[in-house]
Amino acid sequence: MHPAFSVIFFTTASGAGYGLFALLGLGNALGLVPADRIFGLCSLGLATALITAGLLSSTAHLGHPERAWRALSQWRSSWLSREGVAAMAAYVPLAVFGIGWAIFGDVDGIFALAGVLGAALACATVYATAMIYRSLKPIHQWHNGFVVPGYLAMALASGAALLNMFVHIWGRPQLAVGVFTAVAIVVAMFAKQRYWHFIDTTKSASTPESATGLGAIGKVRLFEAPHTEENYLLKEMGYKIARKHAAKLRAIALNAGFRAPLALTLLATALPGTLAIVASSVAAILLLAGLAVERWLFFAEAKHSVMLYYGASQV
Amino acid sequence: MTRVAVQAAGAKKLGLVIDLDTCVGCHACAVNCKEWNSGGHSAPMTDFDPYGANADGVWFNRIHTFEAGEGPDSRTVHFPKSCLHCEKPACVEVCPTGASYKREEDGIVLVNADTCIGCKLCSWACPYGAREFDADEGVMKKCTLCIDRIYNENLAPEERVPACVSTCPASARHFGDLGDPQSDVSKLVEARGGYALMPEMGYAPVNRYLPPRAGKKTAGCTGAAAELAKPAETPGLHPLLRWMDKVLSR
Repeated sequence: MHPAFSVIFFTTASGAGYGLFALLGLGNALGLVPADRIFGLCSLGLATALITAGLLSSTAHLGHPERAWRALSQWRSSWLSREGVAAMAAYVPLAVFGIGWAIFGDVDGIFALAGVLGAALACATVYATAMIYRSLKPIHQWHNGFVVPGYLAMALASGAALLNMFVHIWGRPQLAVGVFTAVAIVVAMFAKQRYWHFIDTTKSASTPESATGLGAIGKVRLFEAPHTEENYLLKEMGYKIARKHAAKLRAIALNAGFRAPLALTLLATALPGTLAIVASSVAAILLLAGLAVERWLFFAEAKHSVMLYYGASQV
Repeated sequence: MTRVAVQAAGAKKLGLVIDLDTCVGCHACAVNCKEWNSGGHSAPMTDFDPYGANADGVWFNRIHTFEAGEGPDSRTVHFPKSCLHCEKPACVEVCPTGASYKREEDGIVLVNADTCIGCKLCSWACPYGAREFDADEGVMKKCTLCIDRIYNENLAPEERVPACVSTCPASARHFGDLGDPQSDVSKLVEARGGYALMPEMGYAPVNRYLPPRAGKKTAGCTGAAAELAKPAETPGLHPLLRWMDKVLSR
């Protein structure tokens, strides 16, 4: 599948934003994050910026961005629509939580409740995003049980790394936040490795024989394509460029996205002040960069069943 | 609300039956589809750089050619493919705006170009590649089963069939109600063992494909081929006598 930059940026940035928002809401309710207004303004501000930039970016790949509001209507059947509804709904507790924290300096009562409700809606939004891919039967690499846990774990890990960075910058490191971040990174890495193992060892049940129904005659292969130049289908579903570099890109995603941030997060718990700030910040930046590579691969390694009509022997 | 129409049992299911035995792979159906639909329901069918090195454009119908099997048992099969108007169209289900819909009255799957946001998710959800994005108009396009022909009272009754069906020189394309077991197309599917593509996907396509008939592997009983296939009866005979034998044998 063609890895559209807008969608890679959206899922990575919004995922981290929703992860950070959710953990700020829960962390506040558990008293694990500093209650001061500037902390709220900066951390929740970054979460809002990441979420909003991602959502705006996701409309960039639309043929008619000005009609994007129409996407809120089919929530009964469409995961894309559900994602839109959840994303819009999450802005309400985000606004209440943010106003209470950054303007009134109040993180208790109704504002704390808004934070927890926001955490639930943030998770729901990431879940809906993952379900858009998970529900697509023609793409074996997406239509499996490893996609949703991966998306949720990676959103939480990237949000946790950002939160850990903020508490270190504020000089209020919490062992619980550091440990949670490390655990979230390990879980996300495990989910991604399981996913890669799954797509490496399995393939779609569909074959050129089932696609054409000519299996009774024998093995089916493409003799002549319908057209000489690339059409929409080949450009959108026949993307192959990154696939040949998949092994290298996976190593980059694994090391930059998971292993290095894990080591730096653990290191930050033991380091003093400034060094801990540097370690936790580099961890967050590396993790986000690694996830962008991982997300690129998520698209580039996905094979659509339509390619069975264009010479693919399996998808 | 969801726009996935649940069709009642016995409901009309308009679709195509494509005969892979007689299709000659001439692409006339694709060309006539393009011609009619350039002015039809989902017009225009935008082309980009049509006379240049990177020609691209929207087509509703594409003709692939496959080889199946090996050696003398192999077959070359021309394979036209367009929207199968599935009974469980995931393309409609995933549409976030309701622009993609399946008509309850005849099962035709259409796109409302006025409400399509061009998110392309429907094209991802279609395992068959039936939908093509029009980058110029910013909306998704697909086969309409020539909805502007089949009900068009300005056309002679025999012309009220999809453009691809009307133009096929080999009569390899048939149009009708596959929901009615007594219709000509249903009987044809029954008689020839018509099948659906990728049934494992669970989309329940309406269109059916008729498999190639078993090919002849031996020469017929008449003609030069048959004569040549006969073993020489009297080897070593003088050519003159052999000629005489042949003449007298007539």
